[in-house]
Amino acid sequence: MEKPTLPPQGVTTPSHRRRRVWGVVALPLAALALAGCTVPSFGAKAGPTETSRSTYHLWQGFSIGAAIVGALVIVLILWAVVRYRRRSDEIPPQSQYHLPMEWTYTIVPILIVFGLFAATIVVENQVVANPKTDVTINVNAFQWGWKFTYPGTDAFVVGQTTQNPTMVMPVDTNVHINLTSTDVIHGFYVRAFNFSRYALPGIKNQFTFHAVATGTFDGQCTQICGLYHSLMFFRIQVVTPAKYQSWLASFTDAAAARAAAKATGQQTSSVVPSKSTSSHGAQ
Amino acid sequence: MVDVLERPGQVEEHGHEEHHGPTGLLKWLTSTDHKVIGLSYTITSVIMLVIGGAFAEIVRAQLTSPNGHVVSLAQYNELFTMHGSVMIYLFAGPFAFGALANFIVPIQIGAPDMAFPRLNALSYWLYLTGSITMLSGFFVAGGAANFGWVAYAPLSNSANTPGAGADLWIGALLLTGFSAIFTGVNLCATIFYLRAPGMTMFRMPIFTWNLLITAILILLAFPVLTAGLIMLYCDRHFGTHIYSVVGGGVPVLWQHIFWFWGHPEVYILAIPFFGMVTEIIAVFSRRPVFGYKGMIFATISIGALSLGVWAHHMFTTGVVLLPFFSIMSLLIAVPTGIKFFNWIGTMWRGQVWFSTAMLMALGFLATFLIGGLTGIYLASPPLDFFTHDTYFVVAHFHSVVMALVLAGFGGLYYWGPKITGYMLNEPLGKIQFWFLFIGTQVLTLPQYLLGLDGMPRRVAIYPNSPQWKTLNVWSSVGAVMIGVSTIIFVVNLVYSWKRYPAGDNPWDGQTLEWFTTSPPPHHNFYRLPQIRSERPTWDYNHPEHRSLAHGHHEEPVHEEVPVA
Repeated sequence: MEKPTLPPQGVTTPSHRRRRVWGVVALPLAALALAGCTVPSFGAKAGPTETSRSTYHLWQGFSIGAAIVGALVIVLILWAVVRYRRRSDEIPPQSQYHLPMEWTYTIVPILIVFGLFAATIVVENQVVANPKTDVTINVNAFQWGWKFTYPGTDAFVVGQTTQNPTMVMPVDTNVHINLTSTDVIHGFYVRAFNFSRYALPGIKNQFTFHAVATGTFDGQCTQICGLYHSLMFFRIQVVTPAKYQSWLASFTDAAAARAAAKATGQQTSSVVPSKSTSSHGAQ
Repeated sequence: MVDVLERPGQVEEHGHEEHHGPTGLLKWLTSTDHKVIGLSYTITSVIMLVIGGAFAEIVRAQLTSPNGHVVSLAQYNELFTMHGSVMIYLFAGPFAFGALANFIVPIQIGAPDMAFPRLNALSYWLYLTGSITMLSGFFVAGGAANFGWVAYAPLSNSANTPGAGADLWIGALLLTGFSAIFTGVNLCATIFYLRAPGMTMFRMPIFTWNLLITAILILLAFPVLTAGLIMLYCDRHFGTHIYSVVGGGVPVLWQHIFWFWGHPEVYILAIPFFGMVTEIIAVFSRRPVFGYKGMIFATISIGALSLGVWAHHMFTTGVVLLPFFSIMSLLIAVPTGIKFFNWIGTMWRGQVWFSTAMLMALGFLATFLIGGLTGIYLASPPLDFFTHDTYFVVAHFHSVVMALVLAGFGGLYYWGPKITGYMLNEPLGKIQFWFLFIGTQVLTLPQYLLGLDGMPRRVAIYPNSPQWKTLNVWSSVGAVMIGVSTIIFVVNLVYSWKRYPAGDNPWDGQTLEWFTTSPPPHHNFYRLPQIRSERPTWDYNHPEHRSLAHGHHEEPVHEEVPVA
């Protein structure tokens, strides 16, 4: 596997510009989130796609907010129970209501919520955006496996349960996914991409991946879909565009061989590498 | 000035001129007394907690190794489905609005019984029948329902899930659904029409207020589920295609209907427990509820918002308007935060007494804080895409519901003496608390990490990774600790059986239920104090310590006239 290909530092790409807009919208959280490398990960990972990274920064922003609010509440609770623990049978002051304080703990959370919402909207618009497409892949989920087809080419990969069918996609490219299901609802979940989407019968779900690093990533069905739900694995392999093209070509060659065989009336189905049961990735 | 209202022609001295009805089993079978029904609900729902907990222990045993062989894949699907179903439909809801509400709400507002006692009995019998119906799924060919407690179409149709188990599950939900609807009607009518003289709406205890909001939510949400279930049944047996693509139906419609019930349901479960915690914290801090009216408005806004957030369970379907449901869901954090600050404000400057009930309430605060904060992440669609249907979500809602379990046990320790007339053993209760509280955190914290590392929910086997295995084992250790805590509770019940007489008001309670005897007589009260605040019993017992709003100063109650 080759090294991850990252965009050069300091270059203003459209995605950087988008992040700058976000920084203006949700100032404190985003400022911290933008300095991603110095902020703790809070258990998440940045991942290899543009959207996995902005989701990760959003995760960090939310986590900082949660940590501050959580720590404040815990300290107040601990202070209350330690400082005001029962020491005598004396009846404590029976005071009630404090409007300025009540307004404070109503208004401040509303402001925090709108800050979180603004950050959410910016990242969400990026995650659900369908920019200009370079490559389209149709993903079809079924009980209990996945089928990846590449419209306009001969390439397809299909596999069941632990066969780990592998979806090959090029790096630095907008890859448009059309997600469908043939039977029940499945969950198309790629941990490294910080992303999941339901595969629904009767509905075509569309989204775009833009990987900025190569590698192989595990995916799995997350929505209970019957007996072998636990085993509905797949993989995503992000490769360089050159490798992607040669991978596609291997199918074209195979199809040509099949067509040639058909023309000469030979049975070659056992000779041609069948993708129907393989976890065939780019070599 | 009259301080006590006595019931005309019926005073205590007449000897407990009790209802001379049947006794024993016949009394239990025929009673329309809200206290008997409330106790039946309590016992039944705690049994359901134990059954649902046993299923959870098997599930956790299976997950202690990546390739667990405790149960088969098919049995695993049945077990987690029935674990969720039993806990949500048969334990948490009925315990909240059937058990404690039934017993406590009429007494808190000075009513002799629920408004419709026979309807109340019907509710209980529907609930019991529904519970038996659902569990009987294990004894039919093909086993119990196995499509998760949410029964997403089209997995729940007759082609994908044939067999009677699923039909019994649907039937059980219809029965318990009607039980809940009737209880909702009953609570609304009781609270609106049977309040004692002087018990205005803004003098009702927070617990009663919360049950009123709960009852209204039940009336708005449960009929939708009932309709959805009937349509599901028609799809399964009568050839309709409401949820199937083949005949032109829409599978996602089921999710809309289910969650239109399902999200208010989350608050139908939670709001009664918020009420219990509020009462417990006030009594064991010996203080009035800090922002009584703020608390009520917070509950009302939670109830209102909860009707507009259902699609946050459906962000990853790709067919819902994300920003609307995101902001509505995020906004629920605001009234929830108000509640937290009110609970803290109630303890502030008080005399916090660490009884078992109070420890349980504090355990609720800590656990619900974790569950609430992680819920905020899930209200953000990109973060929901990231964590949806992983163990992060499982951990989130187990933090929430285990907080409710803590609160529920707090409610049992707090009101148990009123219900039975006897106290539970406090040291055993505290041991139970620590097992339950620590067990809950040991259960959920590894699950958060598993979810972030990508473990999906509802899987019987998982990839062989040492890290996942370790985290799963820890989670199972937590489940065992919770199981032990439940056993300690049962031991406590047996050990304390009629051992520690409670008296009428063992905790220096503030609300009306502590004014009557323990257990209360038939029709609840021989006499009532004057109700001039939300704390009539406290005012009666401590006339010189009435609550004062901020900025007001204590006015001398008994002015002594100097002798010349």
